[in-house]
Amino acid sequence: MTQILIVGATSAMARGAAFAWAAQGHRLLLAGRDMNELARLASDIQVRFQTRAEVIECDLDHNADRPAWVANLEAEYGQVDGVLLAAGWMPDSESMRRGDDAIAVIQRNYTGPVALLNAFADVFEQRELGFIVGIASVAGDRGRQSNYPYGAAKAGFATYLAGLRNRLFHAGVSVLTVKPGFVDTRMTFGLPGLFLVADPMQVGEVIVQAQRRGRNEIYVPGFWRLILLIIRHVPEFVFKRLKL
Amino acid sequence: MTEIAFVEKRIAGWGNYPLVDARLARVERYAELAEWAHRPCLARGLGRAYGDAAISLQGHTLLTTRLNRFLSFDPASGLLCAEAGVSLDDILRVVMPQGWFLPVTPGTRYVTLGGAIASDVHGKNHHHVGSFSAFVKSIVLFTVHGPLRCSAEENAACFWATVGGMGMTGLIGEVELQLKPIQSADMSVSHVPAANLTEIMALMRDPAQDDEYTVAWIDCLAQGEALGRSVLVRGHHIDGSLGPAPGAAALSMPVNLPGFCLNSHSVRAFNSLYYRWQSRKTAPHRVAIAPFFYPLDGIRDWPKLYGKGGFVQYQFVLPEDSAEAGIREVLARISEGGNASFLAVLKRFGAQGEGLLSFPMPGFTLALDIPLRAGTLTLLDTLDTIILAHGGRVYLAKDARMSASTLQQMYPRLGEWQSIRHQLDPHGLYVSALGQRLEMC
Repeated sequence: MTQILIVGATSAMARGAAFAWAAQGHRLLLAGRDMNELARLASDIQVRFQTRAEVIECDLDHNADRPAWVANLEAEYGQVDGVLLAAGWMPDSESMRRGDDAIAVIQRNYTGPVALLNAFADVFEQRELGFIVGIASVAGDRGRQSNYPYGAAKAGFATYLAGLRNRLFHAGVSVLTVKPGFVDTRMTFGLPGLFLVADPMQVGEVIVQAQRRGRNEIYVPGFWRLILLIIRHVPEFVFKRLKL
Repeated sequence: MTEIAFVEKRIAGWGNYPLVDARLARVERYAELAEWAHRPCLARGLGRAYGDAAISLQGHTLLTTRLNRFLSFDPASGLLCAEAGVSLDDILRVVMPQGWFLPVTPGTRYVTLGGAIASDVHGKNHHHVGSFSAFVKSIVLFTVHGPLRCSAEENAACFWATVGGMGMTGLIGEVELQLKPIQSADMSVSHVPAANLTEIMALMRDPAQDDEYTVAWIDCLAQGEALGRSVLVRGHHIDGSLGPAPGAAALSMPVNLPGFCLNSHSVRAFNSLYYRWQSRKTAPHRVAIAPFFYPLDGIRDWPKLYGKGGFVQYQFVLPEDSAEAGIREVLARISEGGNASFLAVLKRFGAQGEGLLSFPMPGFTLALDIPLRAGTLTLLDTLDTIILAHGGRVYLAKDARMSASTLQQMYPRLGEWQSIRHQLDPHGLYVSALGQRLEMC
């Protein structure tokens, strides 16, 4: 039995992954900001799978001394064997372009996750044990006017994960990059122009499977790999004219 | 939550009639319920109400299926606490392997706890145990006044207005439900054929023929001497080994069946075959829980059987004394109109509960599926008059077309309900399309 930390556990995809791990009997640490909501998710997992789930307060806006935070966490709850970083934030396309929201987008999707994973990377590397799963986004594959600040932060995170994968490979620690397409979550509900929207519970299950198989980078659902392949290859002089 | 994300969509109930333009929103976190309670909205669970019960015309139709977390379950006592968006299917998955079952279950397990309470659903054991609300220990109801815990003991008036209150007293947040112990995932079932209506009703009244669960399937197209030809299906839980909960549907109806497939000839042929086939199974035989309680859950999207035009369900209850005469009249009317009905189900109801708008009353209830065609709505108006004349009432969870004056005559405690509802919702926020149509608020 292993113990897995899920950061951003109130996300619908994270719940799907939590279910899949709990069904395999793993112990879960559910971390996030909304303690009331986390408590509900934890009791839900306990009733459905008769396995323990603890709730942990974790705010990626405040990253002072993450190594100590990780040490305290392990001191209290025991060794963490894997981390899923599912936290993320996307305000509407107007507000993410300016002011505090533009900075917060980078903080919550890039700086915060990196500060936390840096701490775990050191621990896992030294222990030569553990895994990391990070949720990036198809939005990070090419900048579009509708969400480029978010896409840029996710692109940065994806590149970080790729580098981390390279570094930790030598310690036997796997790093999985997940690039979800449109998933039916709080972030996307009501947005115009969505198609083939995926069920977050299924996406979570796919993530857990991919981790177990030692995959490096996945698009979920899988057909997004093809869509992004095309999008990445549209010449810039054409792409810049598009309304995307 | 500053601004509301919503989708504009044309939606309907399970019968695909009426289609209504709605603004769909979804509640993602429990704390949001308190905010929603201050806006015009109406909770919608899995959309199994047949007509326009779970649609708001004046505000947002609020999807509650993400609030589907279990909060606690005690396998020793069978007491379950969960959010109102948890489905009965979810519950069975968790509790059946641990030896528990729903004390009352409707004919589909794809309804939410909130929906089951709002319609105060009944099962095949109503004549013994009453309706769903009899096992609801408490609920948390969100209104403009904040969250309120209600039960038969605490804030009882709010509780009995919410039970059967069609979602119009507020947003149900949490539910405490007492489950029922079972020894196995199997039932012992036996069938008794009945040649006509008098025979089947005598069978259902006869304590010697009774069982834990009883239901009769009626061939609506049989006429004359054979009017009300039916098969009584009786079942009870038996010992054996506990198994997993029923799996997902194996079959599905991928497209709407063209209208001409379903006519009085094809249904007559189907009904005759079905009658002969079912009549043979008189000896007790073992049946799994899923096919016994949820035969239609085995076929995903089964309403498409009725084609694009949709269908209406018509379910009514008649008091003991007038039931036979009333049902005879209804069946004759349907039979002479040649209106094909696949499914006609007769059940016996026991004592009435305290829910102010709860449907069941002592007597017999008949549920019919009728494909929507020219003349169907007129036929149903005629049926309303027959039901009224015999002192019965129509089930709101299945209604899509009744009139306000009919409702007032059928539900004598409507006035009481309205005054409690007005206290809970003084600004008229939680009003469904059904509530508007029936001038309930």
